[in-house]
Amino acid sequence: MKRVVITGMGIYSCIGENLDTVKDSLFHGKSGIGIDPERKGLGFRSALTGVLPTPDLRELLNRRQRIGLPQQGGYAYMATLEALKMAGIDQDMLDKERVGILFGNDSSAKPTIEAVDQLRLKNDTTLIGSGSIFQSMNSTVTMNLSTIFKLRGVNMTISAACASGSHAIGMGYILIKNGLEDKIICGGAQEVNYHSMGSFDGLSTFSLREDEPHKASRPFDVDRDGLIPSGGGATVILESLESAQRRGANILGEIIGYGFSSNGGHISHPDAAGSIQSLEMALKQANVKPGDIEYINAHATSTPAGDLAEGQALLEVFGNSNPYISSTKSMTGHEMWMAGASEIVYSLLMMQNGFIAPSINLETVQPELEKLNFAQSRINKEFNLFLSNSFGFGGTNSCLIVKQFQS
Amino acid sequence: MMTKDKIVATINGFLVEEFEVPATDIQPDANLRDTLGLDSLDYVDLVVEVESNFGFKVKPEDFTEISTFQDFYNYVNTKVLNT
Repeated sequence: MKRVVITGMGIYSCIGENLDTVKDSLFHGKSGIGIDPERKGLGFRSALTGVLPTPDLRELLNRRQRIGLPQQGGYAYMATLEALKMAGIDQDMLDKERVGILFGNDSSAKPTIEAVDQLRLKNDTTLIGSGSIFQSMNSTVTMNLSTIFKLRGVNMTISAACASGSHAIGMGYILIKNGLEDKIICGGAQEVNYHSMGSFDGLSTFSLREDEPHKASRPFDVDRDGLIPSGGGATVILESLESAQRRGANILGEIIGYGFSSNGGHISHPDAAGSIQSLEMALKQANVKPGDIEYINAHATSTPAGDLAEGQALLEVFGNSNPYISSTKSMTGHEMWMAGASEIVYSLLMMQNGFIAPSINLETVQPELEKLNFAQSRINKEFNLFLSNSFGFGGTNSCLIVKQFQS
Repeated sequence: MMTKDKIVATINGFLVEEFEVPATDIQPDANLRDTLGLDSLDYVDLVVEVESNFGFKVKPEDFTEISTFQDFYNYVNTKVLNT
Protein backbone atom coordinates (compact mmCIF):
# COMPACT_ATOMS: atom_id res chain seq x y z
CA MET A 1 0.00 0.00 0.00
CA LYS A 2 1.15 3.53 -0.81
CA ARG A 3 1.45 6.30 1.76
CA VAL A 4 -0.77 9.28 0.94
CA VAL A 5 0.44 12.80 1.64
CA ILE A 6 -0.93 16.31 1.20
CA THR A 7 1.30 18.62 -0.82
CA GLY A 8 -0.93 21.64 -1.33
CA MET A 9 -4.04 23.32 0.01
CA GLY A 10 -6.22 26.27 -0.85
CA ILE A 11 -9.27 27.94 0.63
CA TYR A 12 -11.92 30.49 -0.32
CA SER A 13 -14.34 30.99 2.55
CA CYS A 14 -16.31 33.48 4.61
CA ILE A 15 -13.38 33.82 7.03
CA GLY A 16 -10.90 34.62 4.26
CA GLU A 17 -10.21 34.19 0.58
CA ASN A 18 -6.74 32.71 0.92
CA LEU A 19 -4.69 30.70 3.39
CA ASP A 20 -3.02 33.66 5.12
CA THR A 21 -6.26 35.47 5.86
CA VAL A 22 -7.99 32.30 6.97
CA LYS A 23 -5.10 31.42 9.28
CA ASP A 24 -5.43 34.84 10.94
CA SER A 25 -9.20 34.47 11.29
CA LEU A 26 -8.79 31.05 12.90
CA PHE A 27 -6.08 32.39 15.21
CA HIS A 28 -8.19 35.34 16.35
CA GLY A 29 -11.54 33.55 16.38
CA LYS A 30 -13.11 35.78 13.75
CA SER A 31 -16.64 35.05 12.56
CA GLY A 32 -17.65 35.20 8.89
CA ILE A 33 -21.40 35.22 9.55
CA GLY A 34 -23.73 38.01 8.46
CA ILE A 35 -27.22 38.71 7.17
CA ASP A 36 -28.70 38.35 3.68
CA PRO A 37 -31.68 40.76 3.74
CA GLU A 38 -33.12 39.27 0.53
CA ARG A 39 -33.86 36.03 2.37
CA LYS A 40 -36.08 37.83 4.86
CA GLY A 41 -38.14 39.32 2.05
CA LEU A 42 -38.59 35.87 0.57
CA GLY A 43 -40.00 34.44 3.77
CA PHE A 44 -36.97 32.73 5.26
CA ARG A 45 -37.14 32.14 9.00
CA SER A 46 -33.47 33.12 9.25
CA ALA A 47 -31.44 35.49 7.08
CA LEU A 48 -28.17 34.41 8.71
CA THR A 49 -25.49 33.18 6.30
CA GLY A 50 -21.78 33.02 5.73
CA VAL A 51 -20.82 36.13 3.73
CA LEU A 52 -18.13 36.01 1.06
CA PRO A 53 -17.45 37.87 -2.18
CA THR A 54 -17.90 36.39 -5.62
CA PRO A 55 -14.44 36.06 -7.17
CA ASP A 56 -13.79 38.11 -10.30
CA LEU A 57 -12.65 35.52 -12.83
CA ARG A 58 -12.54 37.71 -15.94
CA GLU A 59 -8.76 38.09 -15.79
CA LEU A 60 -8.22 34.41 -15.02
CA LEU A 61 -10.54 32.47 -17.31
CA ASN A 62 -11.88 32.96 -20.80
CA ARG A 63 -15.57 33.32 -21.60
CA ARG A 64 -16.20 29.67 -22.40
CA GLN A 65 -14.42 28.58 -19.22
CA ARG A 66 -16.50 30.98 -17.13
CA ILE A 67 -19.88 30.47 -18.74
CA GLY A 68 -20.40 26.96 -17.38
CA LEU A 69 -18.98 27.71 -13.96
CA PRO A 70 -21.53 28.28 -11.18
CA GLN A 71 -20.90 30.24 -8.01
CA GLN A 72 -19.41 27.32 -6.07
CA GLY A 73 -17.31 26.43 -9.10
CA GLY A 74 -15.71 29.87 -8.90
CA TYR A 75 -14.96 29.38 -5.22
CA ALA A 76 -13.48 25.94 -5.95
CA TYR A 77 -11.40 27.32 -8.81
CA MET A 78 -9.84 29.98 -6.57
CA ALA A 79 -9.05 27.42 -3.86
CA THR A 80 -7.59 25.02 -6.42
CA LEU A 81 -5.34 27.69 -7.96
CA GLU A 82 -3.91 28.37 -4.51
CA ALA A 83 -3.49 24.66 -3.74
CA LEU A 84 -1.78 23.85 -7.03
CA LYS A 85 0.60 26.79 -6.59
CA MET A 86 1.50 25.64 -3.09
CA ALA A 87 2.05 22.10 -4.37
CA GLY A 88 4.33 23.37 -7.14
CA ILE A 89 2.11 21.90 -9.83
CA ASP A 90 1.87 24.09 -12.92
CA GLN A 91 -0.03 23.63 -16.17
CA ASP A 92 3.05 22.09 -17.79
CA MET A 93 3.02 19.33 -15.19
CA LEU A 94 -0.74 18.88 -15.54
CA ASP A 95 -0.25 18.50 -19.29
CA LYS A 96 2.48 15.88 -18.90
CA GLU A 97 1.30 13.80 -15.95
CA ARG A 98 -1.92 12.03 -15.05
CA VAL A 99 -3.75 14.02 -12.37
CA GLY A 100 -7.29 13.35 -11.16
CA ILE A 101 -10.01 15.33 -9.44
CA LEU A 102 -12.59 14.39 -6.79
CA PHE A 103 -14.80 17.07 -5.26
CA GLY A 104 -17.65 17.01 -2.84
CA ASN A 105 -20.72 18.89 -4.09
CA ASP A 106 -24.37 18.12 -3.55
CA SER A 107 -26.38 20.87 -5.24
CA SER A 108 -26.35 23.55 -7.85
CA ALA A 109 -29.71 25.08 -7.12
CA LYS A 110 -29.28 28.64 -8.37
CA PRO A 111 -28.60 27.89 -12.06
CA THR A 112 -31.17 25.09 -12.02
CA ILE A 113 -33.91 27.38 -10.73
CA GLU A 114 -32.89 30.27 -12.97
CA ALA A 115 -33.06 28.00 -16.02
CA VAL A 116 -36.60 26.96 -15.20
CA ASP A 117 -37.56 30.60 -14.49
CA GLN A 118 -36.22 31.53 -17.94
CA LEU A 119 -38.04 28.66 -19.62
CA ARG A 120 -41.34 29.65 -18.01
CA LEU A 121 -40.78 33.25 -19.08
CA LYS A 122 -39.72 32.58 -22.68
CA ASN A 123 -41.28 29.19 -23.46
CA ASP A 124 -38.15 28.31 -25.40
CA THR A 125 -35.34 26.06 -24.21
CA THR A 126 -32.68 27.63 -26.45
CA LEU A 127 -33.15 30.92 -24.64
CA ILE A 128 -31.87 29.35 -21.42
CA GLY A 129 -28.39 29.76 -22.90
CA SER A 130 -25.45 27.42 -23.32
CA GLY A 131 -23.87 27.60 -19.87
CA SER A 132 -26.81 26.53 -17.74
CA ILE A 133 -26.56 22.78 -18.20
CA PHE A 134 -22.89 22.77 -17.18
CA GLN A 135 -23.66 24.95 -14.16
CA SER A 136 -26.68 22.95 -13.07
CA MET A 137 -25.42 19.39 -12.84
CA ASN A 138 -24.22 18.04 -9.53
CA SER A 139 -20.84 17.25 -11.06
CA THR A 140 -20.43 20.87 -12.14
CA VAL A 141 -17.28 21.51 -10.12
CA THR A 142 -15.30 18.51 -11.33
CA MET A 143 -16.75 18.89 -14.84
CA ASN A 144 -15.49 22.45 -15.08
CA LEU A 145 -12.19 22.21 -13.24
CA SER A 146 -11.13 19.08 -15.13
CA THR A 147 -11.71 20.99 -18.37
CA ILE A 148 -10.02 24.20 -17.22
CA PHE A 149 -6.91 22.38 -15.93
CA LYS A 150 -6.99 19.72 -18.70
CA LEU A 151 -6.91 16.82 -16.25
CA ARG A 152 -6.65 13.20 -17.41
CA GLY A 153 -7.04 11.15 -14.23
CA VAL A 154 -10.09 10.15 -12.21
CA ASN A 155 -12.84 12.75 -12.65
CA MET A 156 -16.01 12.65 -10.56
CA THR A 157 -18.07 14.30 -7.87
CA ILE A 158 -18.92 12.78 -4.52
CA SER A 159 -22.39 13.67 -3.24
CA ALA A 160 -22.88 12.74 0.39
CA ALA A 161 -24.73 15.68 1.91
CA CYS A 162 -22.70 17.53 4.54
CA ALA A 163 -19.98 14.87 4.49
CA SER A 164 -19.33 15.25 0.73
CA GLY A 165 -16.00 17.07 1.01
CA SER A 166 -14.66 14.65 3.58
CA HIS A 167 -15.65 11.59 1.57
CA ALA A 168 -14.05 13.14 -1.54
CA ILE A 169 -10.73 13.31 0.30
CA GLY A 170 -11.31 9.83 1.69
CA MET A 171 -11.96 8.40 -1.76
CA GLY A 172 -8.86 10.12 -3.09
CA TYR A 173 -6.90 8.58 -0.25
CA ILE A 174 -8.19 5.10 -1.13
CA LEU A 175 -7.34 5.46 -4.84
CA ILE A 176 -3.79 6.64 -4.16
CA LYS A 177 -3.22 4.17 -1.32
CA ASN A 178 -4.12 1.35 -3.68
CA GLY A 179 -1.81 2.60 -6.40
CA LEU A 180 -4.57 3.58 -8.84
CA GLU A 181 -3.64 7.26 -9.00
CA ASP A 182 -0.55 9.27 -8.04
CA LYS A 183 -2.00 12.78 -7.74
CA ILE A 184 -5.59 13.86 -7.13
CA ILE A 185 -7.03 17.33 -6.62
CA CYS A 186 -9.58 16.80 -3.83
CA GLY A 187 -11.94 19.20 -2.16
CA GLY A 188 -15.40 20.46 -1.50
CA ALA A 189 -17.55 23.32 -2.76
CA GLN A 190 -20.77 24.90 -1.56
CA GLU A 191 -22.96 27.54 -3.17
CA VAL A 192 -24.07 30.49 -1.00
CA ASN A 193 -27.48 31.75 -2.12
CA TYR A 194 -31.13 31.71 -1.12
CA HIS A 195 -32.02 29.32 -3.94
CA SER A 196 -30.17 26.44 -2.35
CA MET A 197 -31.22 27.10 1.24
CA GLY A 198 -34.96 27.83 1.26
CA SER A 199 -36.09 24.25 1.75
CA PHE A 200 -33.45 23.69 4.43
CA ASP A 201 -34.56 26.87 6.25
CA GLY A 202 -38.07 25.46 6.18
CA LEU A 203 -37.01 22.59 8.46
CA SER A 204 -36.46 25.11 11.30
CA THR A 205 -32.83 24.04 11.47
CA PHE A 206 -31.20 27.46 11.21
CA SER A 207 -30.33 29.79 14.08
CA LEU A 208 -32.69 32.70 14.63
CA ARG A 209 -30.13 34.83 16.48
CA GLU A 210 -30.21 37.45 13.74
CA ASP A 211 -29.49 40.36 16.07
CA GLU A 212 -26.05 38.90 16.84
CA PRO A 213 -24.75 37.22 13.65
CA HIS A 214 -21.24 36.69 15.00
CA LYS A 215 -22.63 34.96 18.06
CA ALA A 216 -25.21 32.86 16.27
CA SER A 217 -23.06 29.78 15.57
CA ARG A 218 -22.26 28.29 18.97
CA PRO A 219 -21.57 24.55 18.73
CA PHE A 220 -21.86 22.61 22.00
CA ASP A 221 -23.10 25.72 23.86
CA VAL A 222 -26.18 25.22 25.99
CA ASP A 223 -27.86 28.20 24.27
CA ARG A 224 -27.29 27.13 20.65
CA ASP A 225 -30.39 27.31 18.51
CA GLY A 226 -29.40 26.00 15.09
CA LEU A 227 -26.85 26.12 12.30
CA ILE A 228 -25.95 28.95 9.92
CA PRO A 229 -25.65 28.00 6.25
CA SER A 230 -22.39 29.01 4.64
CA GLY A 231 -20.08 27.91 1.85
CA GLY A 232 -17.08 28.48 -0.40
CA GLY A 233 -14.40 26.21 -1.81
CA ALA A 234 -11.57 24.16 -0.30
CA THR A 235 -8.90 22.11 -2.03
CA VAL A 236 -6.14 19.73 -0.98
CA ILE A 237 -3.65 18.08 -3.31
CA LEU A 238 -3.28 14.40 -2.44
CA GLU A 239 -0.25 12.59 -3.69
CA SER A 240 1.55 9.31 -3.18
CA LEU A 241 4.63 9.73 -1.02
CA GLU A 242 6.80 8.44 -3.87
CA SER A 243 5.41 11.05 -6.27
CA ALA A 244 5.87 13.87 -3.77
CA GLN A 245 9.40 12.86 -2.89
CA ARG A 246 10.37 12.27 -6.51
CA ARG A 247 9.62 15.88 -7.37
CA GLY A 248 10.81 17.31 -4.05
CA ALA A 249 7.39 18.62 -3.00
CA ASN A 250 6.83 20.14 0.42
CA ILE A 251 4.67 17.76 2.46
CA LEU A 252 2.02 19.33 4.69
CA GLY A 253 0.69 16.16 6.28
CA GLU A 254 -0.11 12.50 5.77
CA ILE A 255 -3.57 10.96 5.67
CA ILE A 256 -3.46 7.76 7.69
CA GLY A 257 -7.11 6.91 8.29
CA TYR A 258 -10.51 7.22 6.64
CA GLY A 259 -13.49 5.76 8.45
CA PHE A 260 -16.97 5.72 7.01
CA SER A 261 -20.35 4.33 7.92
CA SER A 262 -24.08 4.82 7.57
CA ASN A 263 -26.48 5.14 10.49
CA GLY A 264 -29.14 2.94 8.94
CA GLY A 265 -31.80 5.05 10.57
CA HIS A 266 -33.61 8.36 10.23
CA ILE A 267 -32.97 10.61 7.24
CA SER A 268 -32.12 13.68 9.33
CA HIS A 269 -31.85 12.69 13.00
CA PRO A 270 -28.24 12.15 14.13
CA ASP A 271 -27.11 8.95 15.75
CA ALA A 272 -24.07 8.47 17.98
CA ALA A 273 -23.69 4.77 17.18
CA GLY A 274 -23.09 5.42 13.47
CA SER A 275 -20.46 8.06 14.08
CA ILE A 276 -18.71 5.82 16.62
CA GLN A 277 -18.40 3.20 13.88
CA SER A 278 -16.66 5.64 11.54
CA LEU A 279 -14.41 6.93 14.34
CA GLU A 280 -13.32 3.43 15.31
CA MET A 281 -12.79 2.41 11.70
CA ALA A 282 -10.53 5.42 11.10
CA LEU A 283 -8.53 4.80 14.31
CA LYS A 284 -8.04 1.12 13.44
CA GLN A 285 -6.98 1.91 9.89
CA ALA A 286 -4.56 4.58 11.12
CA ASN A 287 -3.24 2.13 13.71
CA VAL A 288 -3.47 4.74 16.45
CA LYS A 289 -5.16 4.72 19.86
CA PRO A 290 -7.73 7.33 20.90
CA GLY A 291 -5.10 8.72 23.27
CA ASP A 292 -2.78 9.48 20.33
CA ILE A 293 -5.24 11.98 18.80
CA GLU A 294 -4.30 15.49 19.97
CA TYR A 295 -7.01 17.56 18.29
CA ILE A 296 -10.50 16.83 17.00
CA ASN A 297 -12.16 19.18 14.54
CA ALA A 298 -15.75 18.31 15.33
CA HIS A 299 -18.54 18.23 12.80
CA ALA A 300 -20.71 20.13 15.34
CA THR A 301 -22.95 22.51 13.42
CA SER A 302 -24.67 24.22 16.37
CA THR A 303 -27.91 22.25 16.23
CA PRO A 304 -29.26 20.98 19.55
CA ALA A 305 -29.57 17.31 18.53
CA GLY A 306 -26.52 17.01 16.27
CA ASP A 307 -23.96 18.43 18.68
CA LEU A 308 -25.27 16.30 21.52
CA ALA A 309 -25.09 13.09 19.49
CA GLU A 310 -21.56 13.86 18.30
CA GLY A 311 -20.49 14.82 21.82
CA GLN A 312 -21.81 11.51 23.13
CA ALA A 313 -19.87 9.65 20.43
CA LEU A 314 -16.71 11.56 21.33
CA LEU A 315 -17.23 10.81 25.03
CA GLU A 316 -17.60 7.13 24.22
CA VAL A 317 -14.41 6.92 22.15
CA PHE A 318 -12.23 9.68 23.61
CA GLY A 319 -13.65 10.04 27.13
CA ASN A 320 -10.50 8.71 28.77
CA SER A 321 -7.90 10.54 26.68
CA ASN A 322 -9.69 13.87 26.28
CA PRO A 323 -8.02 15.51 23.27
CA TYR A 324 -8.77 19.16 22.53
CA ILE A 325 -11.99 19.61 20.59
CA SER A 326 -13.24 22.64 18.69
CA SER A 327 -15.74 23.32 15.95
CA THR A 328 -14.53 25.79 13.35
CA LYS A 329 -18.17 26.07 12.27
CA SER A 330 -18.48 28.46 15.22
CA MET A 331 -16.66 30.94 12.92
CA THR A 332 -17.54 29.76 9.43
CA GLY A 333 -21.07 28.52 9.88
CA HIS A 334 -21.91 25.22 8.23
CA GLU A 335 -20.08 24.99 4.91
CA MET A 336 -22.06 21.85 4.10
CA TRP A 337 -20.81 20.04 0.95
CA MET A 338 -17.50 21.87 1.37
CA ALA A 339 -17.15 21.48 5.14
CA GLY A 340 -15.34 18.14 5.24
CA ALA A 341 -12.62 19.52 2.96
CA SER A 342 -12.38 23.02 4.45
CA GLU A 343 -12.04 21.61 7.93
CA ILE A 344 -9.03 19.56 6.82
CA VAL A 345 -7.51 22.81 5.50
CA TYR A 346 -8.34 24.66 8.74
CA SER A 347 -6.84 21.87 10.86
CA LEU A 348 -3.71 21.68 8.68
CA LEU A 349 -3.25 25.45 9.10
CA MET A 350 -3.49 25.01 12.86
CA MET A 351 -1.03 22.10 12.86
CA GLN A 352 1.42 24.09 10.72
CA ASN A 353 1.20 27.13 12.95
CA GLY A 354 1.07 25.55 16.40
CA PHE A 355 -2.38 26.50 17.65
CA ILE A 356 -5.86 25.11 18.11
CA ALA A 357 -8.56 27.51 16.95
CA PRO A 358 -11.22 28.34 19.49
CA SER A 359 -14.79 27.16 19.41
CA ILE A 360 -16.05 30.72 19.64
CA ASN A 361 -19.33 31.43 21.43
CA LEU A 362 -18.95 28.30 23.53
CA GLU A 363 -19.73 30.04 26.80
CA THR A 364 -21.60 27.35 28.73
CA VAL A 365 -20.97 23.78 27.67
CA GLN A 366 -24.03 21.57 27.47
CA PRO A 367 -24.04 19.76 30.83
CA GLU A 368 -24.00 16.24 29.35
CA LEU A 369 -20.74 17.07 27.53
CA GLU A 370 -18.83 18.83 30.32
CA LYS A 371 -16.22 16.08 30.50
CA LEU A 372 -15.03 16.80 26.96
CA ASN A 373 -11.96 19.03 26.58
CA PHE A 374 -13.27 21.94 24.50
CA ALA A 375 -10.95 24.69 23.26
CA GLN A 376 -13.17 27.56 24.38
CA SER A 377 -10.35 29.98 23.65
CA ARG A 378 -7.30 29.57 21.41
CA ILE A 379 -4.81 26.97 22.62
CA ASN A 380 -1.20 27.66 21.65
CA LYS A 381 0.09 24.15 21.20
CA GLU A 382 2.18 22.18 18.74
CA PHE A 383 0.39 19.00 17.70
CA ASN A 384 1.04 16.19 15.27
CA LEU A 385 -2.14 14.18 14.89
CA PHE A 386 -5.69 15.34 14.31
CA LEU A 387 -9.05 13.89 13.41
CA SER A 388 -11.87 15.54 11.49
CA ASN A 389 -15.50 14.44 11.66
CA SER A 390 -18.18 14.99 9.02
CA PHE A 391 -21.76 13.75 9.05
CA GLY A 392 -24.70 14.26 6.73
CA PHE A 393 -28.36 13.67 5.93
CA GLY A 394 -29.14 10.03 5.31
CA GLY A 395 -26.84 9.09 8.17
CA THR A 396 -23.59 9.27 6.19
CA ASN A 397 -20.49 9.51 8.39
CA SER A 398 -16.88 10.27 7.47
CA CYS A 399 -13.83 10.55 9.65
CA LEU A 400 -10.33 11.47 8.48
CA ILE A 401 -7.10 11.22 10.48
CA VAL A 402 -4.09 13.30 9.44
CA LYS A 403 -0.63 13.34 10.96
CA GLN A 404 2.40 15.54 10.68
CA PHE A 405 4.64 14.00 8.05
CA GLN A 406 7.66 12.02 9.22
CA SER A 407 9.77 10.34 6.55
CA MET B 1 -38.43 51.66 -35.76
CA MET B 2 -34.74 51.01 -35.28
CA THR B 3 -32.44 52.51 -37.89
CA LYS B 4 -29.90 50.29 -39.60
CA ASP B 5 -27.08 52.21 -37.88
CA LYS B 6 -28.70 51.60 -34.53
CA ILE B 7 -29.05 47.89 -35.32
CA VAL B 8 -25.37 47.66 -36.26
CA ALA B 9 -24.33 49.52 -33.09
CA THR B 10 -26.52 47.25 -30.93
CA ILE B 11 -25.13 44.09 -32.52
CA ASN B 12 -21.53 45.25 -32.19
CA GLY B 13 -22.16 46.25 -28.57
CA PHE B 14 -23.42 42.86 -27.44
CA LEU B 15 -20.84 40.95 -29.49
CA VAL B 16 -17.99 42.87 -27.84
CA GLU B 17 -19.55 42.36 -24.42
CA GLU B 18 -20.66 38.74 -24.76
CA PHE B 19 -17.82 37.32 -26.84
CA GLU B 20 -15.06 39.53 -25.43
CA VAL B 21 -13.46 40.56 -28.71
CA PRO B 22 -11.92 43.99 -29.37
CA ALA B 23 -14.38 46.31 -31.11
CA THR B 24 -11.79 46.91 -33.84
CA ASP B 25 -11.91 43.22 -34.83
CA ILE B 26 -15.52 43.59 -35.88
CA GLN B 27 -15.46 44.63 -39.53
CA PRO B 28 -18.36 44.23 -41.99
CA ASP B 29 -16.41 41.92 -44.30
CA ALA B 30 -14.79 39.83 -41.55
CA ASN B 31 -15.98 36.29 -40.94
CA LEU B 32 -18.38 36.17 -38.01
CA ARG B 33 -17.53 32.68 -36.75
CA ASP B 34 -13.76 33.01 -37.04
CA THR B 35 -13.58 36.51 -35.59
CA LEU B 36 -15.70 35.66 -32.57
CA GLY B 37 -14.25 32.15 -32.22
CA LEU B 38 -17.74 30.62 -32.18
CA ASP B 39 -18.32 26.95 -31.50
CA SER B 40 -21.68 25.15 -31.54
CA LEU B 41 -22.41 26.19 -27.93
CA ASP B 42 -21.69 29.85 -28.68
CA TYR B 43 -24.39 29.94 -31.36
CA VAL B 44 -26.92 29.20 -28.60
CA ASP B 45 -25.76 32.33 -26.78
CA LEU B 46 -25.92 34.32 -30.01
CA VAL B 47 -29.59 33.32 -30.30
CA VAL B 48 -30.13 34.46 -26.70
CA GLU B 49 -28.49 37.85 -27.39
CA VAL B 50 -30.52 38.48 -30.53
CA GLU B 51 -33.78 37.61 -28.76
CA SER B 52 -32.85 39.76 -25.80
CA ASN B 53 -31.95 42.79 -27.94
CA PHE B 54 -34.38 42.52 -30.87
CA GLY B 55 -37.21 40.34 -29.59
CA PHE B 56 -37.10 37.58 -32.21
CA LYS B 57 -35.49 34.15 -32.26
CA VAL B 58 -32.93 33.16 -34.86
CA LYS B 59 -33.62 29.72 -36.28
CA PRO B 60 -30.45 27.62 -36.10
CA GLU B 61 -30.67 26.86 -39.85
CA ASP B 62 -30.59 30.61 -40.62
CA PHE B 63 -26.97 30.76 -39.50
CA THR B 64 -25.95 28.71 -42.55
CA GLU B 65 -26.68 31.80 -44.68
CA ILE B 66 -24.64 34.12 -42.45
CA SER B 67 -20.92 34.30 -43.10
CA THR B 68 -19.76 37.86 -42.51
CA PHE B 69 -20.78 40.51 -39.99
CA GLN B 70 -22.48 42.34 -42.86
CA ASP B 71 -24.57 39.23 -43.55
CA PHE B 72 -25.56 39.22 -39.90
CA TYR B 73 -26.48 42.95 -39.90
CA ASN B 74 -28.57 42.44 -43.03
CA TYR B 75 -30.30 39.39 -41.60
CA VAL B 76 -31.24 41.17 -38.36
CA ASN B 77 -32.28 44.33 -40.26
CA THR B 78 -34.62 42.33 -42.50
CA LYS B 79 -36.14 40.53 -39.52
CA VAL B 80 -36.65 43.80 -37.63
CA LEU B 81 -38.28 45.42 -40.68
CA ASN B 82 -40.65 42.47 -41.05
CA THR B 83 -41.58 42.30 -37.38
